[in-house]
Amino acid sequence: MKSKIFSFRLNGLLLVSLLSLSTASQAQEPVRIAFMDPLSGTFASIGTSGLKILQFAADYLYNSKGGILGGRMIEIVPLDNKQSPTDTQLQFRRAVSDGLQIIFQGNSSAVANTLSTTIARHNRRNPEMEVLQINYSAVDPALTEEDCSFWHFRFDAHAVMKLNVLTDYIAQNQDIKSMYIIGQDYSFGHVVADTSIRLLNEKRPDIEIVGNEFHPIGQVKDFTPYVTKIVSSGADAVITGNFGADMVSLARSIIDSGLEIPVYTFYAAYDGITATLGEDGKNLIRLVHNESSNPIPTETRKDFIRAFKAKNPNNDVTQQRIVNALQMMVTAMEETQSTDPYTIALALEDMRFTNMSGEELWMRGSDHQIFQSLHVSVHTDEGVEFDADNSGFGLLSEYHVPAEETIVESSCQMQRPRR
Amino acid sequence: MLEVLIFATLNGLVTGLLLFMLASGLTLIFSMMGVLNFAHASFYMLGAYFAFSISQYLGFWAGLIFAPLIVGSVGALVERYGLRRVHKSGHVAELVFTFGLAFLVEEAIQFIWGRDTKNYQSPDILDFPLFTLFGQEFSAYRGFMIAISLGIFICLYRVLTRSRIGIIIQAAITHPNTVANLGHNVPLIFMGVFGVGTALAGLAGVIAGPVLTTFPGMAAVLGSIVFVIVVIGGLGSLAGAFIASLLIGLLQSYAIASDVGMPELLNLIGVSFESSHPLNDLWTLTLPQVAPILPFLLLVLVLIFRPTGLLGKREE
Repeated sequence: MKSKIFSFRLNGLLLVSLLSLSTASQAQEPVRIAFMDPLSGTFASIGTSGLKILQFAADYLYNSKGGILGGRMIEIVPLDNKQSPTDTQLQFRRAVSDGLQIIFQGNSSAVANTLSTTIARHNRRNPEMEVLQINYSAVDPALTEEDCSFWHFRFDAHAVMKLNVLTDYIAQNQDIKSMYIIGQDYSFGHVVADTSIRLLNEKRPDIEIVGNEFHPIGQVKDFTPYVTKIVSSGADAVITGNFGADMVSLARSIIDSGLEIPVYTFYAAYDGITATLGEDGKNLIRLVHNESSNPIPTETRKDFIRAFKAKNPNNDVTQQRIVNALQMMVTAMEETQSTDPYTIALALEDMRFTNMSGEELWMRGSDHQIFQSLHVSVHTDEGVEFDADNSGFGLLSEYHVPAEETIVESSCQMQRPRR
Repeated sequence: MLEVLIFATLNGLVTGLLLFMLASGLTLIFSMMGVLNFAHASFYMLGAYFAFSISQYLGFWAGLIFAPLIVGSVGALVERYGLRRVHKSGHVAELVFTFGLAFLVEEAIQFIWGRDTKNYQSPDILDFPLFTLFGQEFSAYRGFMIAISLGIFICLYRVLTRSRIGIIIQAAITHPNTVANLGHNVPLIFMGVFGVGTALAGLAGVIAGPVLTTFPGMAAVLGSIVFVIVVIGGLGSLAGAFIASLLIGLLQSYAIASDVGMPELLNLIGVSFESSHPLNDLWTLTLPQVAPILPFLLLVLVLIFRPTGLLGKREE
C-alpha cells in the first residue's frame, strides 16, 4: 500500500521532470541514471541524503555547464527499494522497463548482492539491454572477491580494507587491552566481526576480545541492555559497523550509561547523528572512511561543499565518493562517446582519475574495486571548518593511510562477457 | 553476573512500562469500540515530534505537557470525523481506515520534519546518574520514565475502577445500548476514550523520544510489538496489558543479557556439529541473537494454549 502511494508520487515527479526536460532540449535526449536506495522507512535519511548529493553533483558539475556528450543533460531517477532485497527486484524490473541502464546503489550489502546477481543474470539474457551497477557504499568484500561481477563497480573501500586501517590505528593505542564488537546480524556485520578479531589477533595478540554480539538490523528499540553487557565485560573500546538509526541508538545508549570509552565505527556521522551525539560524544566516536574530512584539502572541494550547503542548508556532503563515482562514470562516457554499459565498463577498468580532493584514484580492472587514501577521523568541535548537521560538531581527520598501502589482494575470478 | 541481572531487570522495566503506555490506550480503544487501531504507534511518533518542536522553543517540560494534549486532540478529531463515519461500514472498513492513517502519518511526518534523526534531548535537570552500581550508571531520566509510567498506570486503574466515569466506560464496553438508554452520550464517551488512548501513546512518544531517538521509523519499530502485548495480555484487559508489557520487556532484556545459545545446549546433551554442516547457522544461534523474535514466539504459544490471552474474558 505504502509503495503504491509513494511510487505514484514519484511517477508524478518523473512525469513533471520529463515534461519540463522535453520542452527544454527537444533534440538532445538526457542521460538517465537510476538512484536505487531506501527513500522511505527506517533508513530513509541515508538514502535521501545520497540522492541529494548525486542530484546536486550532476547539476553543479555538468547540467549547469551545458551537459555531457555534447549537450545531453544528466537526469537522476529516484527508485525507492526500502533497503529490502524484494523491493530491489521490483524496482530493478521498473528500471529496466523504463530503459534505465545505469544504477547507483549503496545502502546495505545484502541489497547490493541481490542487485549484482540480478543484473548479471539480466545482462546474460538481454545482451542488447545491459545494466551497470555503480556501488558507492556497500562494503561487503564478497562483491569484489568471490562474488565479483563484470557489471559491478565499487567506489568505496571494502570492509576488510577499512578494518586494516582501523586496526592499525587501534593497535597504536597501548591503553586498549580489551575490545567489544557489536554489529547488525547480516553479511556486513559478520564480516566486520570476523575480520576485526582476525586482524586484532595478528596486530595486538594481547588485546582480549571480550564480546562479539549481533543484533537484528533496524529492529532494536533500546540498546541499553546491550550496553549493560559492554560495561560488565570491562571492555576498553568498542568496534561497530552499525549505520543509521542503529548507530545513533547504540552511541546514545553508550553515552547515556556514562561509559567513556572510544567507539570505532564506519558510519557514525551526518544525517542527524552528529547533532544527536553532540558534546557527549566528543573525542569518543571515531570513523574510518575515504575522502578526508576536516581539513578539506582543496579549494575546489570547499567550493563544492559551500555550493551544496547553499542549495541544501539542512544537508551535508556526507558521501563525497558519490561525486567520485559520477565524475569517473562521466569521464568514461566522454572518452568513449558512449552511454553503453559495456563500453563504459571497459573504460572504467584501470582508470586513474584525479578527484576534487586532488588525489589520484585507481579503479582496479581485475575486480572493479577502487583504491584511494583512507582516514580515521574523530567527532569533535575543534578545528572543524565544515561541520555536520549545522551542529558545530564534525569530523577531524587524525590518521591517514595513502592509497598504495590500502591495496589488498582479491580472489576475484571475473566472468567477462564475450562480444 | 549479579550486576547484569540487576541492570537487565531495570532495562526490562523501562521498556516494559513504556510499552504499557502504548498498549493501555490500544487495549482500551479495542475493548470499547472493537477497533484494532493500526495507527496507534503513529500517535506515539507524533508525540515525539510535537514534543521535539515544542522543546525547541519552550523547553522539554512544556513539550511534556502540551504534546500529549495536542496528540489527544488530534486523536479525538480522528475519531469524531474519521472513524465514526467509517463505523457504519463495519469493522473491516475501520481497520483499513486506521491502516491507511498509519502510512499517512508517517509520510506527513517525513514531509514536515524531514527524514533525518532529530536532535531531541532529555532535559539538563535530569542529566545526571541516579545511582551508580558496579561502575554502571543508571540515568535519572530513566528513573523519571519509570515514575511517569507507573503514575499513569495507577491513575488509569483508579479512574477505571473507582470513579463514576470509569464505571460508565466499563458499562459501555459490555452494554453500549443500555448505557445509551440510561441517557449517557456513548459516542462522546468513545471520542473521549480514543482521545485519552492516543494522548497516552503521545506521552509515551514524548518521554521515549530522547532515549530511543526520534526518527521516522520509530513507529514501525514499536508498532508490531504493541499488538503482541495486547493479544498476550488478553484483548481489552488493562491488567493483562500491564503484565504482558512487563513480561515482554523483561523477557527481551534477559535474553539479550544472557550468553546462552545452541552450542551450550547441544553440549549439555552431548551433541556437536561440524562447522561445515549445512544447518551450521541454526546450531550456532545464541539467545541474544533471537531476543527480538521471542515476543512473537510467545504470541504463537499464547494463541495455541490460551487464545483469550492471559487475563482476557472474551470467548467469542
